[in-house]
Amino acid sequence: MADRISDETIEYVGILAKLELSESEKEAAKLDMERMLDYIDTLNELDTEGTEPMSHVFAVNNVFREDVVTNGDGSRETLANAPVRSEQSFKVPKTIG
Amino acid sequence: MAKQYETVIGLEVHVELAAKTKIFCGCSTKFGGAPNTHTCPVCTGMPGSLPVLNRQVVEYAAAIGLAANCEIARVCKFDRKNYFYPDNPQNYQISQLYLPIARNGYIEIECGNTRKKVRIHEMHMEEDAGKLVHDEWDDTSLVDYNRSGVPLVEIVSEPDMRSADEVIAYLEKLRLIIQYLGASDCKLQEGSMRADVNLSVRETGSTELGTRTEMKNLNSFKAISRAIEGERRRQIELLEEGKKVVQETRRWDDNKEVSHAMRSKEDAKDYRYFPEPDLVPIVISDEWLAKIKARQPELRTEKLERYKKEFDIPRYDAEIITGSKHMADIFEAVAAVCGKPKKAANWLIVETLRLLKERGQEPEDICFDPENLAKLIAMTEAGVINSSVAKEVFEKIFDENVDPEKYVEEQGLKIENDEGALEEVLAKVIAENPQAVSDYKGGKKKALGALVGQTMKAVKGKADPGTVNRKLKEMLS
Repeated sequence: MADRISDETIEYVGILAKLELSESEKEAAKLDMERMLDYIDTLNELDTEGTEPMSHVFAVNNVFREDVVTNGDGSRETLANAPVRSEQSFKVPKTIG
Repeated sequence: MAKQYETVIGLEVHVELAAKTKIFCGCSTKFGGAPNTHTCPVCTGMPGSLPVLNRQVVEYAAAIGLAANCEIARVCKFDRKNYFYPDNPQNYQISQLYLPIARNGYIEIECGNTRKKVRIHEMHMEEDAGKLVHDEWDDTSLVDYNRSGVPLVEIVSEPDMRSADEVIAYLEKLRLIIQYLGASDCKLQEGSMRADVNLSVRETGSTELGTRTEMKNLNSFKAISRAIEGERRRQIELLEEGKKVVQETRRWDDNKEVSHAMRSKEDAKDYRYFPEPDLVPIVISDEWLAKIKARQPELRTEKLERYKKEFDIPRYDAEIITGSKHMADIFEAVAAVCGKPKKAANWLIVETLRLLKERGQEPEDICFDPENLAKLIAMTEAGVINSSVAKEVFEKIFDENVDPEKYVEEQGLKIENDEGALEEVLAKVIAENPQAVSDYKGGKKKALGALVGQTMKAVKGKADPGTVNRKLKEMLS
């Protein structure tokens, strides 16, 4: 198995995923990711010269809806998922953008 | 000798499209609903929900692309842009990276006496995020997802602008084109048009680009101008001190007229884009594109031509009126009702612009019914009220959208056509102003003006100044 995932890569992917991993978790994640890359390598055995990259598994395009309002007040259902709310809004720890 | 610097600016402009529903679901895009009322499982990213693209969004985006001289992609698709922030319940924004709907266009701008082309790199469709309101008191943020999924196009220019004036000229031109297409109302204050400014400086003559910063939170043309001036100065100072400009996103504070670096994220800009698997590709056929083109409404140049032919109003007036799609719409409606296009144009160009300026408003803010101005014009033409009363009434129409017929009736502003009563007043004015009378009789024709003024005052404006003038002359001869 290839040893291609460096400590820096694991650290970086952790930051992107907003995960804090312990040393042993990092090692386990490294192994998992290496296995995934090995698996994907199987695809390199195929000759894809001249084949358009696929973005969708179905040979379908142009699926549209018309611009007509079909939904009413959805606030009850939406807010049912709020761990903390203030009146009609979700309440979250302060963020500065 | 001090070094000379050149400012290099490119813009990313977000425009909220005028679609009635969101980009991927049937929720309303109406502004101002109570928080989270315009939401559903799709626009709040519930697992298992399936987005379906709004056809109107593609058509608006393609129409803007065409009007901005872009090549329209025949096949385009959506991608996921991954980021974590509470304004985005899906943890990704559906946008277009690899195959955007339009590329390689340009907008021609006029700045001072020079014309130039600002190239457009690409234009793509995407969804807006929710709105966060920060509570200073208890360190929390309130989230409203009504804006989440509202359709946007982002228009990315090449770094072709060199000054704040060019940036404003570009934005105004872009706004006008989009407003004429009916694809957006483009109100900066309300956020339906937003511009991020990418700016760098370099020594004049250099062909290499300097390190740029991106500035956000610019919600008026004035703020944009000030931010560009401020950032240019900041970067030049850094370079003069031998320091480097750091590539970062900065937030402009228009009250303090300074910008601050936004929290530099260690994860920087790694959005890990990948093709959106829940949406199928969009294929734009020649036929569809031709239909979109054919539906294109009358643009400004065509309108100018038509105004000349149909209404015979001066080019200068036509240019001012068509400088705002909203004003042009009002003009056409007023002219259609009262049949007096020249008068309609005059009221818009003189009184309306004066009041807009006084109130610090834009033509887009005009909110009276065209019928009310049409009625006012008809009343003035029929001699029901004189011109100074008309101006007074117009101000009421402008501010409160009053019905001029009712208002004039209630306030008793009609011209009194009782000649006997007017003669009595005139006799009194003549008796009380012997100096003006003798001046006039002695050859000072201007003295008549004072007498007319006194008379108008005495009748509280309810007389026709022309008649007063004529009667006075008769009585003094």
